[in-house]
Formats: sequence, C-alpha cells, structure tokens
Amino acid sequence: MTDALAPVKERPALARGPGKVVGHAVTRIEDGPLVRGEGLFAADVNFPRQLHMRMVRAELAHARILAVSTDAARAMPGVVAIWTAEDVADIPLIPFRATKVRGLEPYCQPVLARDRMRYVGEPVAVVFADDPYRAEDAAELVVVEAEELSVLLDATAPLGEFSPGQDTEPTIVRKAYGEIDAAFRDAHAVVELELSVGRHSGVPLETRGAIARYDAAHDVLELHGTAKKQHWNRDEIARLLGRPPQGVHLFEGHVGGGFGVRGELYPEDLLVCAAALRLRRPVKWIEDRREHLVATNHSREQHHRIRAAVDAEGRLLGIDDVFFHDQGAYVRTHGARVVDLAAGMLPGPYRLPAYRVAGHFRLTNKTPSATYRAPGRFETTFVRERLMDAIAARLGLDRVEVRRRNLVSAAEMPHARPLDALGTEIVLDSGDYEGLLDKALSRFGWNALQGELAARRAAGECVGAGLAFFVEKSGLGPSDGVRVSVDANGAVELVSGAASVGQGVETALAQICAEALGVDYARIRVVRGRTDRIEFGNGAHASRVTVMSGSATWEAALAVRAMALDTAATLLQLRPSDLTIRDGEVCRADGLPGPSLALAEVARRMGPNSPAMRGRTPGLTAEKWFWSDHMAYPYGVHLVLVRIDRGTGQVVAERYLVANDIGRAINPMLVEGQIVGGLAQGLGGALLEEFRYDPSGQPLSTTFADYLIPTIAEMPAADVLIAEDAPSPLNPLGVKGAGEGGTNGVGAAIAAAVDDALLRPGAVTALPVVPATVRRLLDTLA
Amino acid sequence: MKAAPFAYHDPRSIDEALHLLATLENPRLLAGGQSLMPMLNMRVAFPDHVIDLNRVEGLEGVTEQDGALRIGAMTRQRDLEEHPLTRARLPLMTEALTFVGHWQTRNRGTIGGSLCNLDPSAELVAVAAALDAVLEVRGPAGARELSIHDFPEGLMTPALAPEEMLTAIRLPFWPAGHGYCFAEFARRHGDYAIVSAAALLMLEGGRVTRVSITLGGVGAGPLRLREAEAMLLGAVPSAEAIRGAAAHCERIEAMSDPQAPAWYRRRLAATLMRRALEKALARAGGAA
Amino acid sequence: MMESRRIALIVNGARHEAETPVRQHLGDFLRGTLGLTGTHLGCEHGVCGACTVLVDGRAVRACLMLAVQADGREVTTVEGMGTEDALHPLQAAFCAHHGLQCGFCTPGMLTTLAEFLEVHPDPTAAEVRIAISGNLCRCTGYDSIVTAALEAARAMRDARA
Repeated sequence: MTDALAPVKERPALARGPGKVVGHAVTRIEDGPLVRGEGLFAADVNFPRQLHMRMVRAELAHARILAVSTDAARAMPGVVAIWTAEDVADIPLIPFRATKVRGLEPYCQPVLARDRMRYVGEPVAVVFADDPYRAEDAAELVVVEAEELSVLLDATAPLGEFSPGQDTEPTIVRKAYGEIDAAFRDAHAVVELELSVGRHSGVPLETRGAIARYDAAHDVLELHGTAKKQHWNRDEIARLLGRPPQGVHLFEGHVGGGFGVRGELYPEDLLVCAAALRLRRPVKWIEDRREHLVATNHSREQHHRIRAAVDAEGRLLGIDDVFFHDQGAYVRTHGARVVDLAAGMLPGPYRLPAYRVAGHFRLTNKTPSATYRAPGRFETTFVRERLMDAIAARLGLDRVEVRRRNLVSAAEMPHARPLDALGTEIVLDSGDYEGLLDKALSRFGWNALQGELAARRAAGECVGAGLAFFVEKSGLGPSDGVRVSVDANGAVELVSGAASVGQGVETALAQICAEALGVDYARIRVVRGRTDRIEFGNGAHASRVTVMSGSATWEAALAVRAMALDTAATLLQLRPSDLTIRDGEVCRADGLPGPSLALAEVARRMGPNSPAMRGRTPGLTAEKWFWSDHMAYPYGVHLVLVRIDRGTGQVVAERYLVANDIGRAINPMLVEGQIVGGLAQGLGGALLEEFRYDPSGQPLSTTFADYLIPTIAEMPAADVLIAEDAPSPLNPLGVKGAGEGGTNGVGAAIAAAVDDALLRPGAVTALPVVPATVRRLLDTLA
Repeated sequence: MKAAPFAYHDPRSIDEALHLLATLENPRLLAGGQSLMPMLNMRVAFPDHVIDLNRVEGLEGVTEQDGALRIGAMTRQRDLEEHPLTRARLPLMTEALTFVGHWQTRNRGTIGGSLCNLDPSAELVAVAAALDAVLEVRGPAGARELSIHDFPEGLMTPALAPEEMLTAIRLPFWPAGHGYCFAEFARRHGDYAIVSAAALLMLEGGRVTRVSITLGGVGAGPLRLREAEAMLLGAVPSAEAIRGAAAHCERIEAMSDPQAPAWYRRRLAATLMRRALEKALARAGGAA
Repeated sequence: MMESRRIALIVNGARHEAETPVRQHLGDFLRGTLGLTGTHLGCEHGVCGACTVLVDGRAVRACLMLAVQADGREVTTVEGMGTEDALHPLQAAFCAHHGLQCGFCTPGMLTTLAEFLEVHPDPTAAEVRIAISGNLCRCTGYDSIVTAALEAARAMRDARA
C-alpha cells in the first residue's frame, strides 16, 4: 500500500496484470438472468407456509396515540396475528452507525410508534396474514384513535418539542478553520445568498422488501431481500433481537436500485425478523409504491444562508455558512452523517483560507431522511457553485475565470483541508482540476457556444448555459476483504463483503480478479451480500466497492497467482519468475513452447490430501483485506445548455456534458452507465422531483402521478468524458468511485443555465426549478 | 396496493350490462381499466360489483354516417389512433391521441372510459368538446342523446343516471382541408395535461368561416371560448387577431392547485391557444 | 365476496388453467399463481411500466388488468422471449450495450420494445424514445436502452432478409 500522504509529483505507474481486461468495456456477467426474467428480487423470494406482513401506518403527521383497536381486523379471514407497540416493547429503538456526534439516541425510531406518531406513514401496527390481499383487507380495519398535535414542517422555524426535555434540534454540526472574522472584515466584497434544495430521494423502481425465515433445525434466522450493508445490519439485528450474530444470516439476491435508500435498517426489517422467530413461519413483506414514497428515506432538503468574502480578484478569503437540514421525524441509521458530509464537502475544489459552518440538524413531522446519491454534495455543490456565479456577477468576472482563480492546482495535491467528514480528514488525494475544466469546456464547445447563444437570443429564443465544478468522495473505508479461490475444476470464486445495488459490482470485481490472475473474467463466480459466506464486510455505499473491494480483490488475486506460480514452478521445474498465467493455464512467460499446467491441476495438487501440502493450509485460495484511512476524491465538471419556453416556463435541457475524473476506469461502459444514470436522477432533483406536504403535514407526492421521475423524454443529449488523469495514490489500482459524480453537479449546473437564459444572475435560489416559478420570474424580469 | 374485494361480472350484451347496472348494489363499469384499476388498487374506489364491458358485443368500432364518425364507447384509443377513418376525418383527434398516456395505456384505454371518467385534463374530452360531440346513452328507459357540452355535471361527474351507460360517440367531422391543432402542456411527456388547447378553423377568401376553440384543464369540463370564436369569425386571421383571441384566456376562471395555480393556468391557456391557432392556420393553408 | 374463477389462457405458448380470485390483477396472477416472476411490479398504478406484458400481441400494464380478463387470451412475458439456447435479439442487444443495470425495469422494456419492433421494424432513435416514454428506468438514464433497441432492430431486419 502506498504512503497516502506523500505528495505525488509524477503519475504513478498503474498496476497492470497479465489478464488485459481491466479498462475494457466488457459486457456484464450479471445480465443473463436479468434479461431472461430469472432474477431474484425480494418479491420473487417465496417460502412454504409464508405469512404476508402489512403495515398499518400513521395518517396524521403528529398526534398522541390514544388507542389502537385491532378486534375487527383480527376477525378477518386469513389473519394470524396483529401487533401494536406493546407486542414489540422489548425491541429497542433502531440505532445509528458509529458517529462522533453525541446526543442523538433519544431521537431514534421505534419499530412501532409508541405514545406518539410523528409523520404520516410511520408504522403504528402490523398485520400478519396468509395472503397479501387479505393482509391489506385486515389492515384497513385497524382503527387508530389519536389526538392531533401541532405540526412542525419547517426546519428554519423556531424549534418545537420532540419530547419533554428534548427539543427538535438534536445537534448542530460545526466545523471551522482559519481566521473567518478577519476574512470578512478585510474583504473587498461580501456576497450573501439564501438557497434551498427541495426534498427528494432515490425512489428506486423496486420498492423495499424483506423476507425472514427462522431455520429452527440450525437455529439460524435468515433475512432475504437485503442490500447495501449486510454485516452491520446483521450485527444490529442480532443485538436488537437478542441473538448471537452467527445465528443471523443476511442474503442478497438481485437489487432493484439502491441509491442510498435501500439497505439501511428500517422498522419493517426488524418486524419480519421478530415475527419469523415468534410466529415460527416465514414472513414476507413487500412495500407498495404509496408506502415507499412516505416510508423509505427522504433526502436533500436543506436551507442555506451562506456568505463569501472575496478579494478584488474574486479569490475566496472565507466562507461562512449556516444551514438547516430537514431530517424529518427521527434520526435514522445515518445519524447526522448527511449534515457532516455537507459541512465537510462544501468547499469543494476551491482554495479556502477560512471557513465556518453550522449545520442545524432539525427534526420535523415528515418522513425521516438519510443519504441519497451524492448526499450532502448535490446540496452543497448547488450552494457553492451558486456562490461562485454570484461572485462572478458581483465583480464582473467571467464565470469560468472566477473558478480558475480559485481551483486548487495540481501542484498543490494532495491538499489537506483542516476539516473532516465521516470521521476521516479531508485530503484531496489527487487531481488536475483546471486541466479537466479545460478538457470539458473544449469538449462541450463552450467558447463557440457563447456565439451560438447570442445568435439564438437574437432570433428570440430564451437559451443559456451553465457550469458547475464538483468534488466527490468515494472509497470510504475503513476496510473490506475478499477471498479468491480456484477449485479442482479450475473454477474461480470470489467472495466479497461487498453488496450490490444493481450497479455491476460483480463484473468490476471479476475484471480485476481476471486481470491479476490471468483467467477469463466471465468464468469467475462472484459472491456478494452474503453474511454466511464471509464473516465481515462493509457493504456497498459511498461509491466504495470498486475502491475497497476492488483493491482487496487485486491483492487477493495476486496472492493466488503467486501461490499458483510457486506450486507450478516446482511441478514444471522452472522458476516462478519464468511463468505466467494465461486463460487459466500456467505457462512460460516468454511465450516459447513448453509444458503448461491448468490452474485446475495446480489447485488439485494443493488439495488437502496432497502430500505436498503437508504442514500448510491446503487450497489454492487467499483472503486479503484492504485498509484505507482516507477517501479518494473523484472530481469533475457539469456543463449544460438549456432552453426555456417563455410561454410555459418549461426548462428543457438540450445538451449536457459530465466530465468526471475517476482515477481509473475498470470498465468504461459501466462508468458511463453510472454517470448517465446519475445525471437522470440529478435532473429529477433539479427540475421535477419533490416531496411536498400540505400545511397539516399530509404528504402530497404519494404516487408516481405526483412524484415525477424523469422519463426518456426529459433527458438531454448526454455526453460523458471519463478522465483518468489523476489516479488515486491511495490504492493499488488508482481507482476512485464513479457512482455519484453524474448526480452531484446537476442542480448547480441547471440553476446556472437558467440564470443565464433569463439573463439574470442569481434568479434561481431553490430547487426544483418548476415551470410556474420560471414563468413568474419571466414576468418580473419583463 | 391490492384492490378491496368485489364481485365480478362479464356480460356479453349491452342489455345484460344494463340489467346488471340497474340491479346490483354499488356497481362500477370497467372499460379499459387505465383509470379504474389504479383507483381499485389504491382503494379509493371500492365498488361491490365490477361490471366488465370488455366482452360486450357491439360497443367497438368506427363507422362513418351522415357527416360524422360514430365511435363505439369501447373502441381502444390505440385502434382509434390507427384507424383510417380517424386519420382522414378527425386529424385533431389523431393528434390529440399522441398525448394521451402512453402506447401501453392506449392499447387498453377506451374513448368511452376516458369520456366517462371526465378527468379535467383528459385530452379526449377536450377534443369531443371541440368537435361538438353527441353522446349516445342507453338505460333501462331506452336510448337518449346528449351534447358533450351538457355532459360534465361537476368534477369527474358525468350527467349519467346510475343505471345508464355510454354506448357511442358521434363526432361531426369538418370538411377536408380544415385547419386543426391540439396542443398541451404537461410536466412530462404523457402526463395528464395541465392545460390543453384544441383549435379548428376553416378559411375562405382569406377569412375565417368557421372556428372552434376549446381549453382543457381549466375547469371541471372543457371550456369552449365562444367569445374568442365570435371575434375570429369572419375576420382575417392576422397575428394580431390570433393574439386577441388568445388573450381571452387571460380572463377565464381556472382551477387552482399549489402546483399549477390559476394565474399560471391562464398564462398557459393563452400561450397554448395562440400556438394552436397559429398551427391550425398554417394547416388550413394560410399563414398569419 | 371472496369470489374466484377458473380461467384458461396461453402463456408463453403453453396452456394454463388455474383458479384466481377475481380481484387479483394479471401481474400477481403471472407472478404468484403461475410462478413467472420475470414480470415486476413497480407501482401498481400503471405509471412505471415495469409490469408490461403482451396480451394478444399488445403491450399492456399487467397491474391494470384483472387476471380474469385474460381468460382465453394469449399472454407473452419476458420469460417467453428467446429460447433456451438463444436470447431474443432485444435481450442480446441489452447485454451488449449495457441496456440494464439493476434489471428491474428490464422485462417491461423488453416486452414494450418487442411489440414496438413488430409494428415498426425500422425505427428512428426518436421513435424508439417515444416508444419507451411510458417505461421508467431509474438506473441507466435511458441512452443505452435506445442504442440496444436500434441494434436489435437491425439484427432482426438482417435475420429476416
């Protein structure tokens, strides 16, 4: 492992293996079953005698629960059990993952509401029946008597009471460095903005699902339909239900998109598990879409009051930000992470001598919130890039020039900020920000575009272009492990603590393994998301899998290679350095004719009955763990051309470029897929998607008719520039994650383009930008 | 999201369907299902009986008679879209159909179902109003007819007695060469229109000899802009005249909701109406 | 009122007879009663398109049809595309062009495109885009699906030539 903090003056030689498959757009090994309709998504999992679980959910945003009557429901055909809070009083509140922030515990969510319901959609009771239709029939008859309480729906409003002695602000995340007050005192100019990002979230096409089964014969509780974070969830489920961790196994089949919201520990996961144990039958729960929109994690809603102090050249002297994060009704498994990330990542790619941020983590009577693709970064890139545009406008500078003057340069890498996020110090590991900016501008035709815009405006069109620079974070540690084995038939199996959310993790890991080992990637079986196959793992989130599990795969495969060459060398009477592995055959490295040995044979010779293995651990297998204290920071630029229909206020994105340096692309096709998919979601957040509430806290975006996900018709012509100019020095492959860059800058870029089209800097102060708002703006500008 | 229990009936004739409608408690007619099934699945509709019209004989088809197209209520939107008679005689409807939901929903959705659902944003309702459609209705007392303009009684409430059903729609067609345009604004392609505009006109000697201007999405039912029509009738359709006609939209009463407040709907109406008239004019062979 | 009916229909070329509650929608019938879980339910109110199947050759939303309405009809699901030995050209093209990531929307995309290409064997990219405008995908951003569809169209035309 390289020294993470030593300055990297030259491009390091990238680790390359004999396999020649890394870096190629090979097709995915996952696809076969999926295109045939033979996938195993949660709803496809079935066990004999299974019961179906149906939630009864709160219909008021804030109320004292007086009584829950279940008699009528119990009498319905097919009903086996109905639980309320008393029945699960022994299950503690759902915890959050380790965080430095103190004081969040009282704000955690119970699996069923106890004395109060705090958001529409909160689980209040649960029905178990023999069929999902009948479970829903019975659930309709559960009557909840409640006394309405006042609702709090605005995170910027004065605090309310969560419970006696606890207000609705569990914590304020503060970070600061440098002489911030002096910066503002000595500034040539101060720019102040008030900005907000609307509530929206991942909303994958597959809703959540959980199927629990207690295998009494082996005393194992199984949970199927999981994703993302199996090992931590397993440990918590075990702890919360009073079982040993080895007695709980989590399984992952196919996952219909995660984006951050699937795979966290939710009340329903614990309820199916408890029910399987108590009712002694498998219990299946499949969320429906209306439930999903009020029960699965929301995200993004933040309101920022931000100021920047700049010198006469437009260089940042200091940024001071106060923001209000609308967490919804409870603290969930991420604790205050999103606020922490937002606070830490706000400076982005710019040199910043002084900084102060106060992130108010506040509860409201809405669905609880957590992470969603580029969490804390979609929001703060919007805020920060708006600030840069405002600085440009104030000083009469070109929007690109103001960024050039502030970007951290390649010579300054690695660039440590006196800040942390997610418990790791922020050290921008590598990057040529200005270099990528130039490439992106050139690829998009930015300069020529200015002339085109002028011509189109002269012809009466309302058109504009916007840009946003972003820094992402990826490769969250602390570690992950992979075990690679070759069996006596030559089949290669890779077992990882990674998980899938449908992004192609198997293929990426198989490519890395194949590259190091010298076998066909398509013949590698990749196992992920299975706590019964590997004891520890940190899952799939934060764009970490390629970095962490990928690096562990690399090292494990190299170790297996070395073992194979050693054994083969003895058998072939050559030196290991004379040999290589090609297509699963150990053969001469120099290409001259000679004896070779299939890996299968090597593995056989290393089996437990082989005398050569006496005294050693048998098997052609190696397990390696990759550790990282620092994250890797991919970065890039978003550029967009928009047209506004003056009559309707509709914003149409015509052309879009995402330029993203990801260090190294294991599979460019998969990277591009991540970026374009991410762009679609970002576009949704910028223009279409919003969870709205009425004044009494009733959700208004409860179906796909109200919550508008982009269809193909809303997509611009999308271009992707994948750059590998700044490999990460932090892992042997040089990779940085590619999962979130496509989403990160969209809000910012679209806002900038709309301002430009309206010829009014600072016009857009909130996302999503909706047609009626644009129409209003056009009126006021006329 | 599973439907609440109901009893299911699939009559084979109109008489049988009417008999069921008259004798069952709390029935609902099931046509294409694209509006009713979501309501059933979401349990916002909970009939005790569902009367499925999909196997009833005599409710489908497009025929031409006496200067009108007679369309059976159960005619699928997709079939209408592709029917040579619709394309030839009702280009406004053909254009509007491209905005109705999506390919898959048009494969099942019916014109009768859309008309009886009376969603304020439904494109086919606006088209029917633009063309002065006549609706054929049957009930226990026999058959009757009513104008589309008398059909919306209130929000999503057709002027049908509980035991009546729509059997056909007659759409008088305009002479060949007429100008037409259907325009709408929706947040995404295929969404229900927030506001829609349907324009039909005929020119002779450079003047408007016949005109129909209809707005959808502004009230419970489509709105024929009679004043604007009167303004254009006999006039030379200059850009100014069209703007003047479209300006009537600024004075209409419009529905309001947080996503699309009334002032915005009026703006949209004016914009869409102007565009629809311009396009209709171009198609009639005279540019403004 | 827990009424059931016995229905008979052809699914992917094979005849099936089964009992179904009358209120069960076609999607649940295919998935639950017949065990064909390739058809996915993304919303159950007809917007997302994941549940699209072909009924008598026409793409419909299986969540918006009652199972009893499919009595006497021919249904094709994703499992009926391609054969044991060979993928349907659309399926092959999706694999070749990364037209899927999580795979949840994919069956609905495939059946929708299957009917579309029957009717429009030589489409433009714009026509393909309109054809799948009623299918939501949350992962791919759609471009690769259009590429795959055009490639499949070409392959199918070549095979017929």
